Parts: sequence; structure tokens; C-alpha cells
Amino acid sequence: MMAPNPTMTYPANGSPEPVGGDRIAIPGGGPVPMVLAEAVHKSFGHLEVLKGIDMAVMPGQVAVLLGPSGSGKTTFLRCINHLEKINGGRLSVDGVLVGYRQRGEKLYELRDREVAERRRHIGMVFQQFNLFPHMTAIGNIMEAQVQVLRRSRSDARAKGMALLERVGLADRATYYPSQLSGGQQQRVAIARALAMDPKLMLFDEPTSALDPEMVGEVLDAMRDLANAGMTMVVVTHEIGFAREVADTLTFMDAGQVVETGDPREVIANPQHRRTQDFLSKVL
Amino acid sequence: MSTIEQAETDRGLPIKAVPVRHPGRWVAVAILLLLAAMAAHSLVTNPNWRWDTFSEYVFTKVVFQGLLKTIWITAASMLIGIVLGVILAVMRMSPNPVVKTVAWLYIWFFRGTPVLVQIVFWVYLAQLYKYVSLGIPFGPGFIFFNVNELIPIVMGGVLALGLNEAAYMAEIVRSGILSVGKGQTEAAEALGMTRGKVMRRVVLPQAMRIIVPPTGNELISMLKTTSLLVLAGITELFTTVQNIYNSNYQQIPLLVVASMWYLVVTSILSVGQFYLERRFGRGVVGSRQQRAKRRLATMGPA
Repeated sequence: MMAPNPTMTYPANGSPEPVGGDRIAIPGGGPVPMVLAEAVHKSFGHLEVLKGIDMAVMPGQVAVLLGPSGSGKTTFLRCINHLEKINGGRLSVDGVLVGYRQRGEKLYELRDREVAERRRHIGMVFQQFNLFPHMTAIGNIMEAQVQVLRRSRSDARAKGMALLERVGLADRATYYPSQLSGGQQQRVAIARALAMDPKLMLFDEPTSALDPEMVGEVLDAMRDLANAGMTMVVVTHEIGFAREVADTLTFMDAGQVVETGDPREVIANPQHRRTQDFLSKVL
Repeated sequence: MSTIEQAETDRGLPIKAVPVRHPGRWVAVAILLLLAAMAAHSLVTNPNWRWDTFSEYVFTKVVFQGLLKTIWITAASMLIGIVLGVILAVMRMSPNPVVKTVAWLYIWFFRGTPVLVQIVFWVYLAQLYKYVSLGIPFGPGFIFFNVNELIPIVMGGVLALGLNEAAYMAEIVRSGILSVGKGQTEAAEALGMTRGKVMRRVVLPQAMRIIVPPTGNELISMLKTTSLLVLAGITELFTTVQNIYNSNYQQIPLLVVASMWYLVVTSILSVGQFYLERRFGRGVVGSRQQRAKRRLATMGPA
């Protein structure tokens, strides 16, 4: 286990100089993964939640994380946009380190403003939707466009209306979240994240808090997004979604990646005992 | 046969039933009305209320001046209290232990000592410190201020009330901030908002719903607490009527004059509070727009 240390150092990987300032170097000069995790560790106090996660998600791919509760998949997802700070290993999004800046061998923690700057390119959808209850649906979608991207209100509104149209909720623009069903709220939350033109979307069990009849509408919106080429990392228990939409399926247990591969292959033919046990329970 | 036909035709018709009678309520109403009538009767017929004295003073210029002073002292003290209270609340939630402890000590001290003592302290501060200076800490000063000129008596009173209020407001604001779920902060941060923006745009507007009602309480309470400034001889409303009844010995009618004005201002503030609560209750289940929307929905498609 690695000790928590804000100024941890790494051996230089490939070329000694970081490419283009904060960009990490890709050995062999191959395409830059949208998400690259190398031996990512995370502890809450003495509890080690992630015990060295390795994972790569290429641009345009949909990666599904599967695993029993407590396996660390949500924590890993939250690490990707620095809602949780990792204690060891390295994690980068589109070739840029998450939460740190590297100068030579040394890592520096990013300031609040820099963390915020990097997060605006990563959309996140939560299990509990987390819409702002004091704003209407369109208000929720306009807020960060105006406050963070400095778009004009009319541009933000036009973009928001187009996105509401896309998730089938144009007629609900002036409704407050409490007036919407769970499925509608989650679709507004997806639209809110998309309004920032993210290059990566993170989904944290987006259908787990929904009534069964509303799961479909949210999965449909996510499927459309995947078909449009969005890079997505999805924590879910929806095996059917994983089989149809995902490019890779990663099965996690007890803070480790047990196996990863083509979703149809992993689901039909799991190699590890823990994967077999889990799938036999949920299928 | 006929009962079945009856049932068929009755299907879905509005129910016309005899409501439950509440004789106890009627008895209670009768008793309350009787007591109210007796109270009103005695107010009118008992000459000791001296309504003539009341009407002689209630609209006088000196009373209005006192009322005006009460209002601006209340406003100024509450302004200090709210601004400093928000700062203290944020300090108390700071990850820095020194900042957190300082805020805690402030609240501990100003809530733990009588406001009366605090008023006397600030009004007679010059007895403790004749001069304050700007300069090097523990070293020589460059600019000197006479405390009596820097803090006139009225400002001493405002400062005392405001600093005391800040301690209470800090706890009210903190409870409001704590009432907003962690998911709200995370969602806002995930959208790329900085911490300051998350606080201003997402957390505080939601916290306001929790903060406004107790703050209304504090404001109304402050309006009346200003009467403690009688100690410092500041001629706000209460001191004004006291000065009058000290010369004509008509305590009760003059205290009624003051009470009436306090009630008038309190009533106006309550109306303001109603609108503020409605403003910050937007989006909450059962709020006004929601009921309006539901009414529209039940009317069906046009």
C-alpha cells in the first residue's frame, strides 16, 4: 500500500519531459487514451478502497464498470474528475493528469480554480440526479454555461433547449426538478452535463434510483449518446446495456480489476470465479 | 332491482354527505369571543388607560424621531450581524483549525455574555482605551484616533448590537448551509464551478430557505432589543417615551404608544418575510408555482 503523500513522485514514463506542459507522455507515441489509470490507489483513512486500478478508455469508447457494491467502482469513477483525491498511482484524462501538475519528477497539487478548469471538460451524471432544486430544468442547463463557460444567456438557452429536445423534454423546460419524475430529472441531468460540450461523460449508477418503468428512457438517452460517439465511463448494474452498448466491460471486486474485455465475451464466458459468481446472481 | 339500478345511475356522481358536526369548536368560539369582548370593553371603559394621553403623543414629532432612530439602528445592527454572521459561518466550516477556532471562540463569547454588558462595554469603550492607533503591531503607531470621536455613542450601540447579533446569525447561516446536501456541491463542482461560485450560486440560494425564517425572528427581536440602548441615553423610540413619562408620570399610555409603533413595524416586516420566503421557496414541493401548475394540469387540455 502506498502512503498518502501529496507530493508523490513517479519514475519518468517514456520521455523524461512532459509533452506540451502538463501532458503525459504516451510510450511509443500511440493514440492518447481519454482515461488512463495506472496502479491507482485510494484509501479512506485505513480503509483501502482502490488497490491499484489499471484501465484505459480510448476516445469514442464506452466502458462499463461492473461489480458488487463496495467494490470501488463508484470511487474510481469519482477519482476521474477529482471528486476524490487519489493516494497513489497516476490517472490522466485526455493525456492530462487529474488533480496534479507534474514538473520534472515532482507533482504539485492543483489549485481550486485549476481543478475546476479541468472538470468543465468532463460531464458527470449522478445516481441521485443532483439537479439544482431552486432552478427550472432550463435554468439547471444554463447555469454552468453562463457561469463557467461565460456564454451569453440567449446562447445558453438555445443550447439548453436543443439538448432538452434531444432528451425529449422540451415541453418541461420551465418545470422545477420537484415537478419532474425521476427519469425526467435524470434526462435533464444528462442534458445539463452535455451543455458543457464535454469530451468525456461519467455515469454513476444513473438508473439505480429510478422506478423500473423509467430505467428505459434514461438508458435510451445514454445509448443515443454512445451512438453519437461520446466517450463514456458507466458504472451500472444494467447488464443488458453493457452487452448492447459497451465496447469494454471491466469487472471490479474488492478494489481491484478482476477481468476486462469485450462485454459479450465477459458476460457469456467469464474467466474468473468472482465474475462468474456475480453474474450468476444478477443475470 | 331498483337498488341495483340506483347504484348504476349513482356511479361516479359527486358525494353529497352530511359533514361531521363539531359542537366543541362552537363552544370554544363562544368562550373566546366573550373573553375578547370583555377585554375590549374594559379597554374602552376603564379611564385609567388614558386614551386621551395616548392620542396626544402617538403622532408627535418627537415620537416619530425616536421611531426613525430605532429603525435605522435596527437596520444597521442587522446589516453588521448578517455580513459578519455569514463570514463567521464560513470560517467555522473552514478546514483551517485556527480559523475555525477563532470563529468558534467569537460565537462562544458573544452568545455567552449578556447583550446589556456588551452595550455598556462599547458605549464606554473610551474608559478602557482612550486612543487607538494604526501602526506596527506591538511597535510605534503612526495615526492616532480618539476613541470618543471614532466611536460616537450611537455607533457604540450599533456596534454592540451588531457584533452580538453576528454570533447568532453565524449559527443560523451555518445551519442553512449544512441543510444543503453534499450532492449539490458535487454536481456544481463537476460542472467546473469554483468553490466560491458553488457557494454563491448553488448552496446559499438553497440555504436561504432555511435562513430566512429565523433571521426574520432575529430582525423583529432586534427591533425591540434596541430599547436596551436606553442605558446609553440614545434617544430611540423607547428612550423617547421614557423621557416623556418621566416628566408627566403617564407611564402606561406612553408605553402603549411605543408598543403600538413596535407592532406596526413588526407587521410590516412580517409581510416582507412572507415574500422573501416565497422567493426562496421556489422549486420546493408545495410552493406557490407548483400549486398553480397543478391547478392548470387538473383543468386538462384546452
